[in-house]
Amino acid sequence: MTEKPFAITLDVGSSLANKTGNWRTERAVYVDRLPPCNNACPAGENIQRWLYEAEEGADGYERAWRKIMEDNPFPAIMGRVCYHPCETVCNRAQLDEAVGINSVERFLGDEAIERGWTVEAAAEPSGRRVLVVGAGPSGLSAAFHLARLGHAATVLDAGPAAGGMMRFGIPRYRLPREVLDAEIARIAGLGVEIRLDTKVTSILDAMREGGFDAAFLAVGAHLGKRAYIPAGSAAKMLDAVSLLRSMEGEERPLLGRRVVVYGGGNTAIDAARTAKRLGAEEAIVVYRRTRDRMPAHESEVEEAEAEGVLMKWLSTIKRADEDRIVIERMELDETGFPQPTGELEELGADSVVLALGQETDLSLLDGVPGLEVEDGVVQVGPDLMTGHPGIFAGGDMVPAERTVTVAVGHGKKAARSIDAWLRGGEHRPAPKHELAAFEMLNTWYYSDAPRTVQPQLELARRQSTFEEVVGGLDESTALFEARRCLSCGNCFSCDNCFGVCPDNAVRKTGDPEHPYAIDLDFCKGCGICVAECPSGAIEMVPERI
Amino acid sequence: MPLQPIKFYQAGSFAVGNRLLDPDQRSVQARTERSNTLTSGHRACQGCGEALGARYALDAAMRATGGRLIAANATGCLEVFSTPYPESSWQLPWIHSLFANAPSVATGIAAALRAKGRTDVRVVGQGGDGGTMDIGFACLSGMFERNDDVLYVCYDNEAYMNTGVQRSSATPAAARTATTGAVGPEPGNVFGQGKNAPLIAMAHEIPYVATATVAELRDLEYKIERAMEFRGARYVHVFVPCPLGWGSASRDTIRIARLAKETGLFPVFEAEHGEVVSVSKIRRQVPVEEYLQPQRRFAHLFGDPPRTDVIERIQAGADRNIRRFGLLEGEDAATDGLMRVLAETDRGPQ
Repeated sequence: MTEKPFAITLDVGSSLANKTGNWRTERAVYVDRLPPCNNACPAGENIQRWLYEAEEGADGYERAWRKIMEDNPFPAIMGRVCYHPCETVCNRAQLDEAVGINSVERFLGDEAIERGWTVEAAAEPSGRRVLVVGAGPSGLSAAFHLARLGHAATVLDAGPAAGGMMRFGIPRYRLPREVLDAEIARIAGLGVEIRLDTKVTSILDAMREGGFDAAFLAVGAHLGKRAYIPAGSAAKMLDAVSLLRSMEGEERPLLGRRVVVYGGGNTAIDAARTAKRLGAEEAIVVYRRTRDRMPAHESEVEEAEAEGVLMKWLSTIKRADEDRIVIERMELDETGFPQPTGELEELGADSVVLALGQETDLSLLDGVPGLEVEDGVVQVGPDLMTGHPGIFAGGDMVPAERTVTVAVGHGKKAARSIDAWLRGGEHRPAPKHELAAFEMLNTWYYSDAPRTVQPQLELARRQSTFEEVVGGLDESTALFEARRCLSCGNCFSCDNCFGVCPDNAVRKTGDPEHPYAIDLDFCKGCGICVAECPSGAIEMVPERI
Repeated sequence: MPLQPIKFYQAGSFAVGNRLLDPDQRSVQARTERSNTLTSGHRACQGCGEALGARYALDAAMRATGGRLIAANATGCLEVFSTPYPESSWQLPWIHSLFANAPSVATGIAAALRAKGRTDVRVVGQGGDGGTMDIGFACLSGMFERNDDVLYVCYDNEAYMNTGVQRSSATPAAARTATTGAVGPEPGNVFGQGKNAPLIAMAHEIPYVATATVAELRDLEYKIERAMEFRGARYVHVFVPCPLGWGSASRDTIRIARLAKETGLFPVFEAEHGEVVSVSKIRRQVPVEEYLQPQRRFAHLFGDPPRTDVIERIQAGADRNIRRFGLLEGEDAATDGLMRVLAETDRGPQ
């Protein structure tokens, strides 16, 4: 009757026949959330991704560097002068300390210069020509991205060397010139023509004469603002922008023994630190508000104070004479605005450096129809196009925070808009993903590890020299730092989901972009993979029942 | 193995896998070629800690024995959800006989292998806390006492879950079960009852005794592999939360297990020949409330007014464990199990 043993009526089967997936009311879905660092980067870098590549070391460094270059042609410069808003919002700060993103970027940038890595154009030549006015961070960034997009970019600059404020505003001790030169040379190597000592007096004429299809204006803001200060005939006053620019020339400016810098921004701090290096015994920053209201970045104020720069808060300069100034003490009113008190004080000063902000020379725009100027800056749309079709503008000459990184970001954005405009379309940035908040992470899985601190030049040495103040990370510390990244909102192939599923319902796909997939035949929807994902890269969504 | 100081942290050190490690340093569960001894399609509840713990333990044992392993299973959830006739989720030779006799069946298999001169094939006995600590306890003690060459793994979910959540000798004080209702002045399971199976196993002075949880995979795998290095009776007690019986969310199974260890309520240690040789330190200590509150079996402690007196007694038990086993950092850190696993994984590419 049957071949089977006694009392056995069915063949042995595997439980794989039992598709437990039909128990499910919710399913796990892999997502890419927006890491806070990426969200905060003015240059739009994909920081989480390049840290992920760098974590591998060796070959990973070049992949990481290329990932940065997709958004920003100046990794070595960024790693020195960027104020790293990415680190301010880093989720790791809530665990121990923020990841030292800036220092890893610098390591990668330096590595690229040392190894001579270059990039190629990513698109076929379009035959279109774009004029870029200004060889500062914004103009060079735009030219770089335009060249990558296949357009012929020509950069004109009135100055004797390329770099803009990166050369004529940022002191050498923060940005060595060989680094600057190397990264600019790489852009020129991409086929970008940079013409120096060429001042554009009228943008429309320049476009017509050169046969350009579009233009990007990035002339910066390099005219120091003046304030009226009654001064004796022998008082020595100069503006900070001129001081910093003259540092690039042959002759060092003579400032005297006691230097007073008037203002509270980064330029004021740069000027005071430069004065100190030029031999000033006293460098005093006079600012009318308090430290917490100072626009200068905290790290720079700290470094300046460590070098012996003195700060005089809540003070304005009433009068300047040959060897002294008169200052008035201020008081903040309830709105936080400084009000005079009438209390006067004398301060010894051989020279006064004014660092009261900068203005833009917009004379090249005279007579351009449709163009709008407000508060001394050019008005632009979200795509950075001015009121005049085909003319775009960015950097310090448009309303925005005036930093190198913002300028670089403008360059990239403008290049993409110009590319779209030249091709008859409109650049539409991809919609942003949901932000990866700290609460979405499962931080149990990350080991505790404090941040590697960049070595700083010994104080005594940096007060008197223009050598770089902040040192770089070496290979092992840079790798350590990169590996501290929590990879917020993005899978980093930790295998947790693959391991923790009680139903063995997570598969490895072998595809590096999407390393795992849920086997919906067996997933019961328990949600353990979501709860135990370290980086918050899985979410539960209800099934449609 | 001498402990190495951890100098080189990397993201994901505590995770199942790590793409930055050499493949042979990754956990068993991180490998696509793991045995999946308990495969998909089993009928355990969503988020079952026992199903997870059994696959973790047996996959590690399979790797340690090169796939030459026979399992004897006691009656219980693990048996019922894995083998509804004629289907089986087991991908290794597996036998179920009775509720009480899994250790004896395992002993018999080991004796048969010895008679046949097969030293390459190893034997695992396994069951839940009821089958191990109550019903099969005489058989287990006999297996220990004779030092039979069996690794016995107990998956402890602290009650008889298969039959409807009745109290076992592993049920913690104050927990509500079907037989210890949350009623009267002393609601839930009474204080001062139950037994500590790992300590009883140690009292047999068998070669190896260890405790582990499903929250620390690398530690669990290490202990199973370490156990397979010994001949004779070995016992590994794995803490496996039960979402159904404990009234916790299915996604929280691993979190609850982690909290059991981090509060000190479930000490994680290993012992050789009756002596403790290493203890997993508490990494982020938390009060017992954090462990109790997500579980409905303790909900009566958090009513209005809350039973702070009972919670204090539970905390006192955790504090006693911390003192007794030296669970806090700085107390004999050289034998920290988790540190040891980390130090091993830390020898990755540099």
